[in-house]
Amino acid sequence: MTSHVVIVGGGATGLSSAFWLRREGVAVTVIEKGIVGWEASGRNGGGATHPYSPLFREEQRLWPMMDDLLGYPTEHRPQRVRIAINQSQLDIMRATENLAAKQGFKVEELDNKAMRELIPWVGDDVAGGAIYHYGGQANPQRTLQAYAWAVQDLGGTIMQHTVVTGFETTGGKITGVQTDQGLVGCDAVVLAAGPHTAQLAAMLGISVPVMAARAEMIVTEPVPLISVGGSDGNGLYGRQTLRGNLAYGGGPHEWIDLPDHRTPRAVNSPVMRSVARRLFELFPKLGHIRVIRSWAGVIENTPDGRPILERLDSPENLVVASMSSVGFGLSPATGRAIMQLVTQGHCDFANLDYLKLNRFEGLGPNWAEEVGWRPWSPEEEGAA
Amino acid sequence: MTRPMDHTSIAGKHFPTAEHVPLVVLGAGPAGIAAAVEAAGLGLKVMLIDEHPVASALMGIDVPWMFGERMTAAVQNQGRMLEQIVAARPDLQAAFDAGVDVRLGVYAWGAFVEGPTSKALPGSLLGLADEERSWLIRFDRIIVAAGARDLGLAFPGWDRPGVMGAQGFAAATALYGAFSGRRIAIIGSGALAAQVARQAAAAGVAVAATIDATQRITAVLGEAEVEGIAYARLDGSAPATAACDTIVLAVDLVPNVEMFDLLGCATKFAAEKGGYVPVTDAAGRCSASVYAAGDCAGICDASIATPDRAIASGRNAARLAVADAGRAAPAADPIPPADTADRDAWRRAFLAAHATDRALTICRCEEVPLEDLVGVRPPRYLDYDATKFENRDIRTLAAMGPVNQDQVKRLTRAGMGPCQGRRCREQVQTLLAMQGNQASGDIPMPSYRAPLRPLPLKVINAADETAEMRAGWTTWFGIPAQWLAQWEPAPEGLSWQNRHNRSYEG
Repeated sequence: MTSHVVIVGGGATGLSSAFWLRREGVAVTVIEKGIVGWEASGRNGGGATHPYSPLFREEQRLWPMMDDLLGYPTEHRPQRVRIAINQSQLDIMRATENLAAKQGFKVEELDNKAMRELIPWVGDDVAGGAIYHYGGQANPQRTLQAYAWAVQDLGGTIMQHTVVTGFETTGGKITGVQTDQGLVGCDAVVLAAGPHTAQLAAMLGISVPVMAARAEMIVTEPVPLISVGGSDGNGLYGRQTLRGNLAYGGGPHEWIDLPDHRTPRAVNSPVMRSVARRLFELFPKLGHIRVIRSWAGVIENTPDGRPILERLDSPENLVVASMSSVGFGLSPATGRAIMQLVTQGHCDFANLDYLKLNRFEGLGPNWAEEVGWRPWSPEEEGAA
Repeated sequence: MTRPMDHTSIAGKHFPTAEHVPLVVLGAGPAGIAAAVEAAGLGLKVMLIDEHPVASALMGIDVPWMFGERMTAAVQNQGRMLEQIVAARPDLQAAFDAGVDVRLGVYAWGAFVEGPTSKALPGSLLGLADEERSWLIRFDRIIVAAGARDLGLAFPGWDRPGVMGAQGFAAATALYGAFSGRRIAIIGSGALAAQVARQAAAAGVAVAATIDATQRITAVLGEAEVEGIAYARLDGSAPATAACDTIVLAVDLVPNVEMFDLLGCATKFAAEKGGYVPVTDAAGRCSASVYAAGDCAGICDASIATPDRAIASGRNAARLAVADAGRAAPAADPIPPADTADRDAWRRAFLAAHATDRALTICRCEEVPLEDLVGVRPPRYLDYDATKFENRDIRTLAAMGPVNQDQVKRLTRAGMGPCQGRRCREQVQTLLAMQGNQASGDIPMPSYRAPLRPLPLKVINAADETAEMRAGWTTWFGIPAQWLAQWEPAPEGLSWQNRHNRSYEG
């Protein structure tokens, strides 16, 4: 019986894991280097529509229950609308295999008239699109605090502003997590530290290939509520919040180096003007609506963009979890899967066989550099 | 051999810039004009940028100052207002004469500089905009002379049209000549209140009452608009009322440090300087290419009373920038030490006297009352179980680590509205500190983000973006295997091994 689990990382994945473990009566301590939900988990589009994931069904099943389960509002709203502003976007949308439809979820095409009725701000000549009768979106910041408060309400411990400095292992097991606040004993560990998962795993001699990047979003002043807040397209992801603000992102990311355990402040770049341009193209009747804010966050990707979700063989009480830049929306399901990995060694509701670390065997140390995943400066062009 | 490049990343993207300016001076107040004239006189090419006249729509949401809906319709004619502003700032003529490239009615809404998460820029960029479009310029050095903002402080009725700030009042009377009121009450008793009284006299505006720190405001009279003010001594004695159409909040100003934050410069809280101010080296540099001049570097009574200190600091910043640019420049002129009053104590005293009713609105844009702020409650348009919050408040949050204003903002929405937190940022900081028995400076400065002015989509829109930006655009990274069924192995052609072998070229 696992009696005390230390979860490294107070983001969506770690906090959800702590929540599900605590519901099973397992003692949990979440160790977070800063503030819960402070990094990418609290700075994303809030989408919860991931049909390519083995956790998709569970994601869809759990989200409508999360407010009740956690006891705090997440601002979850169901459904998603994909907008094609022109024929070529519509053609691509139709040609792309819809993995959700294949799994029995309902997709309904929208023509010009139907789209304009649903979203009054699209252009008169909008090509159309589709409404997904599945998926949805939530408020990341509110949800992350809800997870944290729910963990505390259930008697779990959250240590903020605490940095993990190493691990104690005995007989092929981790027995303690060393921190700048002292040693925390444990029976099992979940590593869910986003871009920092690689550095932490390296302390245990385990190679986790992830590379960090910065991405950014913009926010407008509130506009009247539309019925499906998660309406996007034209190269953007995003949503209308329940307050009415439009929060959208997309476009070029910037690969960055993370020299130590800290996450540097993620700044915005002039790409934000191009995000605004695409939002104006998407909603041409909102040209007068003002952008009031922007933000950026740091996320990690694995070489194939797919998660690593695995309870290792050695140390056998360690679960490694990186969601490869798509963590928030899946988090209710991810946390439950990780709870099962910790308590019973396998997940009984999703096939995680292909999300194991061993798929990267043979990957060289310079893998990221070799595919161009590295910081870039215009000075390179001058030197070339 | 060319290194492989991820074409969906920022690598290889270019951001067109309209010009490359050796020295930008931001703000055409006394400090900025003095800096621009001095630097131009010493041989540097200078662009002087100022946002006035700002769009009347921005004034309507109290950006950049608290205008309190007391501007006449004249401000809707920006061409006319431009002439008014040139007339109101005669020193601008010296800048024109010195060959300074003067840009009025231009918003500096963003700065993009190299940092740990930003390496792909060709140099330091500034985001500019007018009412029609936005554009980028590149600069080598920048003197920020962005002045001061109004200090918003809540009192019963402060959300009524007709409550304005001292900066808003100064702009309405002296700068724009477009004040619609006739009779004001002044809140404050220091140098700023005295300045408001002088400006009122000069503009022929009557002062009905001055309410000082020994008194508290009990009510704003009137239905839709301000018609008067009721006040009493702090102990409740000597109640009085005064008829007025405008209330000018003149307890203090706030150094306008937003651009320093975007420029990557450190700030620190200085109670004697009116809030967060840029950290400078001994010579006055905020960073190798950023300099501060005037009120944005700190407020003091002497700088409120006369422009002399601002002018001297502008000149000194210019000399430093010119010398750093490798040109000869005179040494800095001495500036007398500033007074060191504890200006933070004024805020605390005001809020201790006025923020007593838990229903008092603190964030006006998002309608956040004091009780929701200190109770870290969700906004009221959400359904939630109130019993869950009975044992949660700012103190329980503080038990998990120092209170962070950005975190509280995310939970309560205080400061998240269209005025971009201008009216409540400082008082939220002070209230959080007071609740947690902390020093005000223990509350980290909430971050500033571009755009520093609310800009319409059609304006901030990158109409000038390059073809490679469009060609390399993806919604979310460009990793094809990510979007295919993950309960199966990635298809042969899209596995990392395969991408690896063909040295990914997008």
